Amino acid sequence: MKASNALWKERLAGKLPEELAREVDIFDNEVTLRKQGKLDERLFAETRLRRGVYGQRYDNGQRHDGTKVQEMKYPSGDLTKGPVTMWDAPGMQRIKIPGGGLNADQLETLAELAEEYSDGIAHVTTRQDFQLHYIHIEDTPTIMRRLAAAKITTREACGNSVRNVTACPYAGVCQDEVFDVTPYSRALAKFLLGHPDCQNFGRKFKPAFSGCAQHACGLTNLHDIGFIAVTRNENGEEKRGFDVCVGGGLGAVPYMAKRFDSFVPVEEILPLTQAVARVFGRLGEKKNRSRARIKFLIQDLGIEKFKELVLEERKTLTPDPRWTDYLKDAEEFTESALRPGGDIGASGSEEYQRWLKTNLRPQKQAGYVTVTVALPLGDATADQLRSLADVVRKYTKETVRTTVEQNFVIRWVSRKDLPEVYKELRAAHLAAPGAGTIVDVVTCPGTDTCKLGISSSRGLAAELRRRMAENNFQFDEAVENLHIKISGCFNSCGQHHVGDLGFYGVSRKVGGYAVPHFQVVLGGEWEHNAGSYGLPVAAIPSKNIPKVVTRLTGRYLEGRSKGESFKDFIKRIGKVELKNMLDDLARPPAGDRSYFSDWGDPREYSLEDMGVGECAGEVVSSVEFDLAAAEREVFEAQLAFEGGKVEQAGKMAYGAMLHGAKALVKISFPNVSEEADQIVSEFRTRYYDTQKFFDPFAGGKFAQYLFDAHAKAGAPYTADASRYLIDEAQLFIDAAHSCYNKLGASVSA
Amino acid sequence: MEIQHVNVKLMVSGATIADLEPLIPVFHRWIQGQVFDELLLDIADYGHVPQGPGVVLIGYQADYGVDDTRGELGVRYNRKAPLNGTNQTRLKQAACCALKACQRLESEAALDGKIRFDGRGVEVFVNDRILAPNNEQNRKTLDPEFRSFFSTLFRGSDYALAYDTDPRHLLGVTAKSSKAFSVAELIANLGV
Repeated sequence: MKASNALWKERLAGKLPEELAREVDIFDNEVTLRKQGKLDERLFAETRLRRGVYGQRYDNGQRHDGTKVQEMKYPSGDLTKGPVTMWDAPGMQRIKIPGGGLNADQLETLAELAEEYSDGIAHVTTRQDFQLHYIHIEDTPTIMRRLAAAKITTREACGNSVRNVTACPYAGVCQDEVFDVTPYSRALAKFLLGHPDCQNFGRKFKPAFSGCAQHACGLTNLHDIGFIAVTRNENGEEKRGFDVCVGGGLGAVPYMAKRFDSFVPVEEILPLTQAVARVFGRLGEKKNRSRARIKFLIQDLGIEKFKELVLEERKTLTPDPRWTDYLKDAEEFTESALRPGGDIGASGSEEYQRWLKTNLRPQKQAGYVTVTVALPLGDATADQLRSLADVVRKYTKETVRTTVEQNFVIRWVSRKDLPEVYKELRAAHLAAPGAGTIVDVVTCPGTDTCKLGISSSRGLAAELRRRMAENNFQFDEAVENLHIKISGCFNSCGQHHVGDLGFYGVSRKVGGYAVPHFQVVLGGEWEHNAGSYGLPVAAIPSKNIPKVVTRLTGRYLEGRSKGESFKDFIKRIGKVELKNMLDDLARPPAGDRSYFSDWGDPREYSLEDMGVGECAGEVVSSVEFDLAAAEREVFEAQLAFEGGKVEQAGKMAYGAMLHGAKALVKISFPNVSEEADQIVSEFRTRYYDTQKFFDPFAGGKFAQYLFDAHAKAGAPYTADASRYLIDEAQLFIDAAHSCYNKLGASVSA
Repeated sequence: MEIQHVNVKLMVSGATIADLEPLIPVFHRWIQGQVFDELLLDIADYGHVPQGPGVVLIGYQADYGVDDTRGELGVRYNRKAPLNGTNQTRLKQAACCALKACQRLESEAALDGKIRFDGRGVEVFVNDRILAPNNEQNRKTLDPEFRSFFSTLFRGSDYALAYDTDPRHLLGVTAKSSKAFSVAELIANLGV
């Protein structure tokens, strides 16, 4: 698209790291071949995904404009860059930043790219990556070349590959870390990039490092493989290692990682990960994407069997010098300060004081602090990135990292320099207080740009921020420290399961109209590397979510015991009470049409442009009643689970799915019996085989939950199995609502 | 020296619109009606980002936005697809598209006259660092092009040009006319 793409290729020839240059040249040729129709669209889709080139919402060439679905008439006509993905449709470029570590030149490169190829904004993700949106596919090789010139790669930023290796942004400066995980995370990222043993996965694989067990920063529990720094004494010497866990993951049904080994010596972490990758590559599911993450393999095998297989695999590996070469420098690895440390400037405006309180964290090195730059919704302008580059050059040795809370952390800032640093950040609108507080809402892109989005997570996040700004960002400390995390759909990119207040987008039909909703997820824990996952309490119309936040935080303030955490408070008052508290918010007020559109998007809400529904004949209003009843049963299953009645909870969750399925079957077969076999069989014939129940992107995943549960019915439920089944049942019911919405849409069309 | 990807930003006169949210339904209507020659696709709302791109109407060939970069609120046209012709053709094309967007915004009933233009402040920049790196030589080379363009745009009025000399920024120039112009007058001056 850019007139200058050939010029960049010429300018940067011979100036890029050889391997990165070759990678980009290959991709550039693939772009040309696809454009000429000489490369299959599926192959091209996988190859571009493995280089971080994603599709974006409406790239199927359709967009609901509020009144009808418009066909986008792109200049390249029917040419595609993947199945049902138009060539000319804007896409997203994800950029991997291992451990979030950047330097000033890299910030400036990102600024240039945001300006020249995107819409002027660089977006920090919940996995320390960057994303640029509205990119044309033909510009991506140039973007990759310019990034490579700054020693950044997009390789394996998406696709079925090893994704960005994340790490605690405070590594090396945190006051209570065990040791600095930076050199280990970097070594693993480098080792796994393009590794032949990592090219045959059925799905993605996400590693994470944390310097301690107690904080949130590494979120190791929700990763495919997580490393927590530990030491032990061996013959009077302190030996470094990692507490390694595997099989965690959010997604539709969150899995808590399971401990693989409480102490893996540092020299073993690379070969161990390689062995894990080989087992995953060999035994992991390949055909059914919804069961292809390593968490399912570990769940199916059991952690002990999985461990046995990995250790056997480890024995077969040919020694690789890269496993340990980096270690000689690792223990000595350290960053250092540019300027002498000192004392904090105590006086200043009220705003400055607030910034000091929320955005600073003392380092273990006396006289230094980390400064968090809180980005609204993870967005930074090109000018802001350049200003940040100036600050980190002037006051530090360019020590800045992105965080999983979509912010920047500047490390090694002398306390003495704080007034000046604040002044310069403020001039660039980068000194907003409230980092890591309730104001600092984390959100995925949602319906703004994501193909999978169901509700507007960014719209909701912006609205919540706006309302909190009216309160001048001042809250009681107990509320101030809560975390809000929002996902536009069940896929959890906004990490809603681990927020104090989590929300994920769903749709519901009200009075014949599709209405954007969010499931309210409570009980999650951010600390302890994502210590526990919340469960859905109720689906609430999107426009009522701010009231949910006000009500829940208000009730917490009034009713908490001294020192009681929000999570404990939620547990104490119980789901029934919580549901009752939100009950009047669960339906839109009669006649208020504002509920039929989402935050920041005045179009009448529709998901029609995500996929094409089929006519199912007469739509029976009792379906809504039946689905509501099924949803209530899922809730009751949660209550049973929390009451320790694991077996009962599992049965109830399965029963809820059956009732949801029956509700849909009854539309065309009113006399379906209560027999589970018949319900499942009819559901399969009418909704699965016909693909009417299919999610546009997840396919038959949610129906499969029912089939699996039915196949296992009668067997005892373990606590894990019961917990997963509850989540699956909720997702099945959400999918049943979506299916019903689609059927209704096609009837009314 | 050939320039492509020309951006033109017309400054809003007076800070009459504090909140950009009312623009969102307006831009949605523009997409519904496909009101320009270019294919209009989507809306990106960055109202939450201080001094940012504001609200952007994403198009295939070009983006339109009400942009608040560096605290200067204006209507920005960002030409993405390359254009044939001379530099003057490309400057005029971008200016004309920006002006037509201004004209529409001024007449949008939903905005209640809150967006107005007096035609005094116009910024032009080249959104491509390799075609036009921001250095003294290029500024000198392009200066006659810009003067020729602004003499046409601000026909009959004196104007002053100011270059942004930060080499990290895009090559661009801000023109201030001593005389006010309506949007229609500026379009007429361009003769397109």
